Amino acid sequence: MAAVSIASREQYNFDVVRQFTVMSLFWGVVGMLAGLYIAAELAWPLLNFDIPYITFGRLRPVHTSGVIFGFGGSALFATSYYIVQRTCQTRLISDALAKFTFWGWQAVIVLAAVSYMLGYSQGREYAEMEWPIDILIEVVWIAYMVVFIGTIMRRKQPHIYVANWFYLAFILATALLHTFNNLAVPVNLFSMKSYSLFAGSQDAMVQWWYGHNAVGFILTAGFLGMMYYFVPKQAGRPIYSYRLSIVHFWALTFLYMWVGTHHLHWTAVPDWTSTLAATFSIMLLLPSWGGMINGIMTLSGAWDKLRTDPIMRFLAVALSFYGMSTFEGPMMALKSVNALSHYTDWTIGHVHSGTLGWVAMITFGSFYHMIPKLWNTKLYSERLVYWHFWLATIGILLYIVAMWISGIGQGMMWRTFDDFGNLKYSFAETVAMVRPFYVMRAVGGLFFFSGVLIMVYNVFKTIRQGTQEAAELEAKYAAKLAQAGA
Amino acid sequence: MNFNFKHEWIETNVGLMLVITMIVISIGGLVEIVPLFLIKNTVEKVDGVRPYTPLESRGRDIYVREGCYLCHSQMIRPLVEEAARYGHYSLAAESQYDHPFQWGSKRTGPDLARVGKKYSNEWHVQHLLAPRSMVPESVMPNYPWLLTTPLDTSDLVDRMKAQRTVGVPYSLTDAEYQRNVKQFGAETAKWLHIPDAQANLLKQAQEGNYDGDRTNISEMDALVAYLQVLGTMVDFSKYDAEYLMKGRGTP
Repeated sequence: MAAVSIASREQYNFDVVRQFTVMSLFWGVVGMLAGLYIAAELAWPLLNFDIPYITFGRLRPVHTSGVIFGFGGSALFATSYYIVQRTCQTRLISDALAKFTFWGWQAVIVLAAVSYMLGYSQGREYAEMEWPIDILIEVVWIAYMVVFIGTIMRRKQPHIYVANWFYLAFILATALLHTFNNLAVPVNLFSMKSYSLFAGSQDAMVQWWYGHNAVGFILTAGFLGMMYYFVPKQAGRPIYSYRLSIVHFWALTFLYMWVGTHHLHWTAVPDWTSTLAATFSIMLLLPSWGGMINGIMTLSGAWDKLRTDPIMRFLAVALSFYGMSTFEGPMMALKSVNALSHYTDWTIGHVHSGTLGWVAMITFGSFYHMIPKLWNTKLYSERLVYWHFWLATIGILLYIVAMWISGIGQGMMWRTFDDFGNLKYSFAETVAMVRPFYVMRAVGGLFFFSGVLIMVYNVFKTIRQGTQEAAELEAKYAAKLAQAGA
Repeated sequence: MNFNFKHEWIETNVGLMLVITMIVISIGGLVEIVPLFLIKNTVEKVDGVRPYTPLESRGRDIYVREGCYLCHSQMIRPLVEEAARYGHYSLAAESQYDHPFQWGSKRTGPDLARVGKKYSNEWHVQHLLAPRSMVPESVMPNYPWLLTTPLDTSDLVDRMKAQRTVGVPYSLTDAEYQRNVKQFGAETAKWLHIPDAQANLLKQAQEGNYDGDRTNISEMDALVAYLQVLGTMVDFSKYDAEYLMKGRGTP
């Protein structure tokens, strides 16, 4: 039991960080495989095989929850526990509570995935988990809050490092959003089915306040926490501007909460909410780009490393996609653009340029930096990191280009009138038009997924190497001790 | 005023950071969402919109279960091309009893807000069993199990009671029943009475014969009953455009 004895010697609780890291990759594989499969179902509907459990409608939440909460969530747990200990120079306040967040969170993902396939769903995008799972999430989240904030309170430094601000905002906002968006009354205590407390327009407002801020706080603020720690670490330079990070933080946390209604342009909600959301979406461009510039400028001066350090490439490309999708988002939030883009594949493409380009790439970069440190060794293969990088980048480009073409194409075809004032295209014709691009999207997904498999192999070998080295070290110590004893 | 603010105060005090962050993230939601519960014309007053019958409501549960909302919207926007393709734009009133709302965000398939009565029951059954037999270009999955699975009505009353708890005007007592008679008329009020739920469901399934088989009630019966009522409740000839725009526009 070499691993255990080494763990007990550690100043920090890296056990839980290692566990979350491994499970993040595991859920990444599961969630992205589900994504790849449903992409293929759209291209070739035969793949639904008339099996209820794997039809598109039931598998799609498995994909979204698997990647957002399984992959992304576990990655945030892992990196936040890692960063908060390192920057506060103290151990997590409670190993038991940290362990509970790990097992609790894994249970949430397993239960969610299984229940979706069995047909239990709240029918709310990105919040499909039914009420018992929601309660479990709430409990785990409170434990997470206690561990994270408690650890900050035990810090050895007077200052709280900027990465922790972002993690803190992410944890608080997620608690707030999750609680209010999942208010529901169960059919009875033994039923998985519930009805949401709100109805119609109000329900829509609450759901998209949740939906967009799941993007804003889980997929943005949380991963910005990652960025503010690992980018300066990997570049070997301090954050470019301390002032900019203050402005970035407060402006981002304030503005994000206003913009959810841009998912409801032209729908049956009062027009003023829509106008406010569009206005704030445009304003949001400033802190988003402020953050991006802060990251890019931190890398600047270490540009030569882009040639030699594959991890730097992941971080630089992640920041570029962050900049791109936070530009695209406000554009799509304009009512006139939204009239075309809403309901089309363009939205799907936009989400994936954010999630694959930003969220996943910054996570891969951070993991490649963190994993060798966690297992006290070097990466098994840098070459494989290059392979992963190119497969991922090409995959993302294929994906978003396919969705731009099919999305904008759909939007244009739906609104085209012929010379006599009739709609020119039937809906079915627009479905036929997008089919080839659904194939292209699935191919893009396959590229991206292959990259992840390479990463998993590389990480597996790295961990094995690390544990072997640790075992050898342990054996040497034991031999020394025995000698000394004799 | 000699108030020399330093960001350092926040950076060195986690309690202060917690409180300020909480305030900062709460404002947006409070300003945009709370008024919707207070401003009366958020949901316009129109006649005809009623809660779903027991059978339709069970159909809606199946719609949610299968994740139909992931490919079909139920929200027609006030744009010329949508009026031409789908009909009158959707009103807030039309989803006022929808827990949860199913407006959707994606149209891999067409909008369904006004699909009711546009196709025959037979068309729907065949289309749900094998979409490509009706629309060759379709990428929708087949749903053969809907026809072979008997509709579970064992917790029907609980389901309606739960919806009543969240505000759907199903009646449990006589007083509530009388209120519904006043609000929806005697004929509709009968369908909304929880004690008669089982009988009402049976009656509608028998009379409607949605799946073409009167000998049993399948999930197909319920889902088709739901699809056939979508968007059919409001008589738009009764309202002028200006009146309906009030809910959306300036108060």
